[in-house]
Amino acid sequence: MATASVPEAPPTATAGGRRRARNTRARRDARAGMALVSPTVIVVIVMVVLPVVWALVLSFQRIRLSGIRRLDVFGGEYTLRNYDLLLGSDRFLDAAKTTLMYSVFGTAGAILLGLTAALLVRSSFRGRGLVRGAMLLPWVAPVVAITFIWQVLLSPQLGFVNAVGTDVLGWDSPIPFLSQESGEIGLFGISFGVPTALLAVIAFESWKSFPFAFLFILARLQAAPPELEEAARVDGATPTQIFRHILLPQLAGVIALIAVLRFIFTFNAFDEIYLLTGGGAGTDVLATQVYSFLTARNDVGASAAVAMFMAAVLAVGLIVWLKFFGEQERNA
Amino acid sequence: MSGKRRRWTRNEIEIRALRVIRPLGIAFFVLISVFPFYYMILLSMKDISEIIESPGSILPPINDISTAAYERVLRSTDNGGEGFVRFLINSAVLATATVLVTLAVSILGAYAVARLDFFGRRKVGFLFLSVYLFPPILLAIPLFVAFSKLGLRGQLPVLVIVYVAQTLPICVYMLRNYFETVPVSLEEAAEVDGATRFEIIRKITLPLAMPAIAATGLFVFMIAWNEFLFALLFLVEERNNWTVSLGVSQLKNIETPATTLMAGSVILTLPIIVVFMFAERLMTEGLTRGAEKG
Repeated sequence: MATASVPEAPPTATAGGRRRARNTRARRDARAGMALVSPTVIVVIVMVVLPVVWALVLSFQRIRLSGIRRLDVFGGEYTLRNYDLLLGSDRFLDAAKTTLMYSVFGTAGAILLGLTAALLVRSSFRGRGLVRGAMLLPWVAPVVAITFIWQVLLSPQLGFVNAVGTDVLGWDSPIPFLSQESGEIGLFGISFGVPTALLAVIAFESWKSFPFAFLFILARLQAAPPELEEAARVDGATPTQIFRHILLPQLAGVIALIAVLRFIFTFNAFDEIYLLTGGGAGTDVLATQVYSFLTARNDVGASAAVAMFMAAVLAVGLIVWLKFFGEQERNA
Repeated sequence: MSGKRRRWTRNEIEIRALRVIRPLGIAFFVLISVFPFYYMILLSMKDISEIIESPGSILPPINDISTAAYERVLRSTDNGGEGFVRFLINSAVLATATVLVTLAVSILGAYAVARLDFFGRRKVGFLFLSVYLFPPILLAIPLFVAFSKLGLRGQLPVLVIVYVAQTLPICVYMLRNYFETVPVSLEEAAEVDGATRFEIIRKITLPLAMPAIAATGLFVFMIAWNEFLFALLFLVEERNNWTVSLGVSQLKNIETPATTLMAGSVILTLPIIVVFMFAERLMTEGLTRGAEKG
């Protein structure tokens, strides 16, 4: 500070000493910082970076689980066979499509529900804290438990949903939500096919993840200045206009962030689909395919290739997204 | 004039509609969030024949509460049960060890990122990307191969390391958010008094951030307790080492009535809900603090 306020002052002994002191301090801080952060970095390198590199290597090898004990880590022959096999396989292409549908609609559903919920509980009312806590339940509860609850709820024999559907809503027969690949819906005399099980797992994903979107959007809403809305209200803006022109622009950033995070998590999700349908009835996604290659078919190489494909899709998607939105932000 | 009047009526209509829609909407969200859990508890205490007879009945069975499902789940396998007591202990040990290791590592890392200017400080974001961008199942393949080769695959300590790696980045992120709220002036005052960096962390920052650290620890506990994929891949052949999550998921493989499944799910879910009730506010604040800036 002292040196900055006297810019042209000749370097006296004290100023030089101070600068040197500041330099050694900065250096000491830098050293301490690296030392403190190194355990984190080491864990990530050993448990994440190295495995990714190794998975990449594995995806170019023909390796079966039975041969693991004899496995030579980086030796062995390299081949494109795994990728060749995938690109020629309908099952893989179908799973890629299903994964995309599942991630896009699961993300959109979670954000839509979360946004609605956040707008509803935004202003205070009695029991608001309790309501907020209750709405987080689907997100904090163990995935194994909630998938089983929904399996029972949707079961054609003893499920509550089908009981209400047939007794109250007048369905002809119970719907096997999680095991029917496609069903028919009649609406205004026109009937069209729907991918029942895929819709069911998308609905489940939206339900399970809406609290995540809710939490972030609510936090952002709470930080929005009330003066803006007050001014709009005085000028005669209606609630929907206030939402559209005042709130939504403020929420755009956080919604974009949630969209990316949710898309990544849903794209990578394995537990939900594995536990709900086992990947059957048209819900086989890439993650469940990796698992079945690894365990049921014993083919480490092919499973690594599918997983690398997933990572590549996400990486490319993220780069494009960052370019697009990063530029928009800079222009704004 | 007429335009102005029309806008006013639209305003009136919207405000009135919202007055009705809002409580209905809140009720809807509470219902979809809570009802499945109510249903789980309800079924776990019913008799399976009752459920098959009237699947639409959702009133609590006040007169004849059945604890048979819980007894079956908790009894040891030697006595014809599912041995969940053992799984509960495994899960508790595994999750607690994960919390301790993750906190020890991430407190140091988060402090460095929050306070110290070092090379690469701004690149912490890449840490997150590298961990969460890659599908867990991608990481699972080489880890599965490596630990199989080493003959360590079914061991709980191996799973602790995996869980630490999975929770570390989110933990560093949350703790950094908290540490940044501790006033720097306090640390500077201690430094003037001759305290070393390590003493400052131990005597000033940690005590001030203690509630936040506890909340972060509980968050990690939740993730480790709920985790399924790695437990399935690594432990499935070692029944003695099963976690509760894995135990419940494997209940389905055998011919198990829905009541038992639900009793297992209750046992799995209850500890998490208790943990969550204690730390909800702090946990969620630490997560969303970055979002408030937009």
